[in-house]
Amino acid sequence: MASDLSILIGGAAGDGINEAGLIVGRLFSQLGYFVYMYYDYPSLIRGGHNFVILRASDRKIAVHRDKVDAILALNQDTINFHRDRLKDNTIIIYDPKKAKFEEGMQPSLGLPITDIIKEEAGLPIMQNICIIGGLCKAISIDWIVLERVLRKHIPKMLDQNLKIARRGYDSAKRYSDITKLDQPTLPALTGNQAIGMGLIKAGLKAYIAYPMTPSSSLLDFMARSAEDFGLKVIHPESEIAVMLMSLGFAYSGVKSAVGTSGGGFCLMTEGLSLAGQAELPVVVMLGQRTGPSTGLPTYTAQGDLHFILNAGQGEFSRFIVAPGDAEEAYYWSSVALNMAWKYQIPAFILSDKTVSEGLYSFDLSSAGDLIDEKPALWNGEGKYKRYMFAETGVSPLLVPPVKNQVIKVNSYSHDEYGLTSEDPKMTTDMAKKRLLKGTQLAKALEGYDTVKEYGQSNISLLCWGSNKGVCIEAAEKFGLKVIQVLVLSPFSEKKFEKAMKGVDRTICVECNATGQLARLLRQNGHNPDNQILKFDGRPFSLDDLEIELKEVIT
Amino acid sequence: MSTENSIATHAQNQWCPGCGNFGILTAMKSVLTELSNEGFPLENFVIVTGIGQHAKMADYLNVNSFYSIHGRTFPVATAIKLANPELNVICFAGDGDAYAEGLDHLIFSAKRNLDITAIIHDNRVYGLTTGQYTPTSPLGFKGKSTPTGSKEYPMNPLGIMLASGASFAARGYPGKMDHFKTLIKDAIKHKGFSFVEVLQVCVTYNNNYNFYNKNIYNIENNDPQSFEQALQIIRSWDYSDNPEMKIPIGLFYKKDMPRFDQTFANFESRESDRDTKLREMLEKFV
Repeated sequence: MASDLSILIGGAAGDGINEAGLIVGRLFSQLGYFVYMYYDYPSLIRGGHNFVILRASDRKIAVHRDKVDAILALNQDTINFHRDRLKDNTIIIYDPKKAKFEEGMQPSLGLPITDIIKEEAGLPIMQNICIIGGLCKAISIDWIVLERVLRKHIPKMLDQNLKIARRGYDSAKRYSDITKLDQPTLPALTGNQAIGMGLIKAGLKAYIAYPMTPSSSLLDFMARSAEDFGLKVIHPESEIAVMLMSLGFAYSGVKSAVGTSGGGFCLMTEGLSLAGQAELPVVVMLGQRTGPSTGLPTYTAQGDLHFILNAGQGEFSRFIVAPGDAEEAYYWSSVALNMAWKYQIPAFILSDKTVSEGLYSFDLSSAGDLIDEKPALWNGEGKYKRYMFAETGVSPLLVPPVKNQVIKVNSYSHDEYGLTSEDPKMTTDMAKKRLLKGTQLAKALEGYDTVKEYGQSNISLLCWGSNKGVCIEAAEKFGLKVIQVLVLSPFSEKKFEKAMKGVDRTICVECNATGQLARLLRQNGHNPDNQILKFDGRPFSLDDLEIELKEVIT
Repeated sequence: MSTENSIATHAQNQWCPGCGNFGILTAMKSVLTELSNEGFPLENFVIVTGIGQHAKMADYLNVNSFYSIHGRTFPVATAIKLANPELNVICFAGDGDAYAEGLDHLIFSAKRNLDITAIIHDNRVYGLTTGQYTPTSPLGFKGKSTPTGSKEYPMNPLGIMLASGASFAARGYPGKMDHFKTLIKDAIKHKGFSFVEVLQVCVTYNNNYNFYNKNIYNIENNDPQSFEQALQIIRSWDYSDNPEMKIPIGLFYKKDMPRFDQTFANFESRESDRDTKLREMLEKFV
């Protein structure tokens, strides 16, 4: 069997499709593969059609493929909806009591799942474990590997799960042999989990969020991690309260972050502007989804870049990073928290449904070494001024209570002490101070890999965020270069120009309808030659982009 | 150090002569001074204000402050209190601020019974925006946005607070200064969400001095532990301008109840083994 294969698992919402995908991912990780999983589900709790495509490869991947090597069908929809994904040798595993597959070229394997569950007095949800048992036999994954993964990841009702998995395994036939790879077993985690770990690594002490797809799983992660890492995790009445609580924590010296999607962020913008004026650090994890408005709540998009670039009334500096995989999500979330505190500004981790809920193999050793960035603290001399003018624009921080010192922050234009001031000179000086911090931030970022390059060619794909993986693979096939703009604010003209050396044609690849990176680049004097845009809520598969590229290039 | 003088900042006062806010400011300076002499260190006070004439308290009181935005005092105060439970956090908010723009935050603060104090400058008109009706303006109030008179009945904030779980509900009038100061002091000392509605007068857009001086009376011999009695007292005035109606002030309700800051899981912060724990977590993802 090839060392790049894809498994589709499908069923109804409530069938545990995502969990089944995670188990299959862990299995391939055990065999030394890199994995990536795309999770597709509608906005409902029961019914509908959920599916995952778990891809395993001998190389680092961050995108799924259209065609699959096996389909695990927990219902008829899974067979009906994915016929165009079949190859000649795709293995179809299904429960004859729940689905029919008319004999074709493909090897099909009817597993008596319903009967097995009944005989073993199992729960209906255990059908996913049963069918995974069947898959292991079909592609020659040793029982012991499956047993090890189940023991670790399904501790609840373990004996019964093992029995049912074994029955599935024993009832199946062997169709192909999987190649074991001589590579270490990597952990696999979602983008949101990587973001959470990155924030914690940099010293996060509080997380505040109102649930909203695709950020809710980060709230879930933080709530579960609260005890281990001493986190205060709060789910308040609205995103307005979320943002204001984060600013209250910032005033009190507690490093916090908030998470949301576009609609929730709309409510946060008045508080964001307050953060700008009052110079309070705040980190926003924004997972984009298909808009406008409710749009497609559980599907992806890159439609909010210019919203985030411009959100909040007035002018103030901000840091925006769009990670493209789990390592970047981890590393840059740390950087976001550090920069927010060093420069007392809002910092954004601009994710989307693809990055936030996608599953990636994660190699900590390749995530990068964090540069120590410390916030400026008051030296204890004289009378404290919260907004003292400093060469860098950054006033040293002090947290209450401190005897004989008064710490005032203010949403109004203010003087150095934080008292309201409508004086024109003070207004001008404070505005300059706030913008100076952005200049300083840009300078500090020169020491970071804010614009990344992959491959060499005079034609380059331009991308940001979740399209990193698909662009790198497709570009390799066509012999193209990829430039990934990782930090979108402050935009590094210097680094972008350096990456553009020797490039005479550019193709922007984005998941939106208007070309938002292209617009940002035009604002900075670069006009991309072509655009490949996708805005149906689904991320590019590798095949999608290859087809589009073929047309654009030839 | 803790004299009334050091509690004032260098900011110049900008309220209209005769503004009801002066009484609240005077009371606060005196209460903070007294409390600091009673062992409440001044540096442990943090005041949070919204936007409106009330909010200038942040500029005039020389204590730690967070001058927030309209309607958004309580979420800020909640986080400050959770960050450091030793702090005494006091929110000053206006009626537009607390009852219109930020009503959800007010209700949730009462619901959580966090140990913070809310002092609401209820002048029943928007002053800073020069005279529009508010949630507590009487029916028929002729403001700039309601030139033919407001068509809405006023809400009763104390009733809402009682229903939402506030553990301390009082109404004060700076015209009766000693009584007012005692109320505020009790509110700050109360462990739980303390709500003090202040009948503050806007001399420029809604001058109720005569009405209040004539109709306000100090409730006596009530049982603040009784929810039913408190509700009855609170309902005895419906925020109308009916000259026959008496307006009770005083402590209406006070009860010890579990507090959010007590019950909130305050996990020990473990800086030292963070990296080890992160590695352990990664193992779980294998």
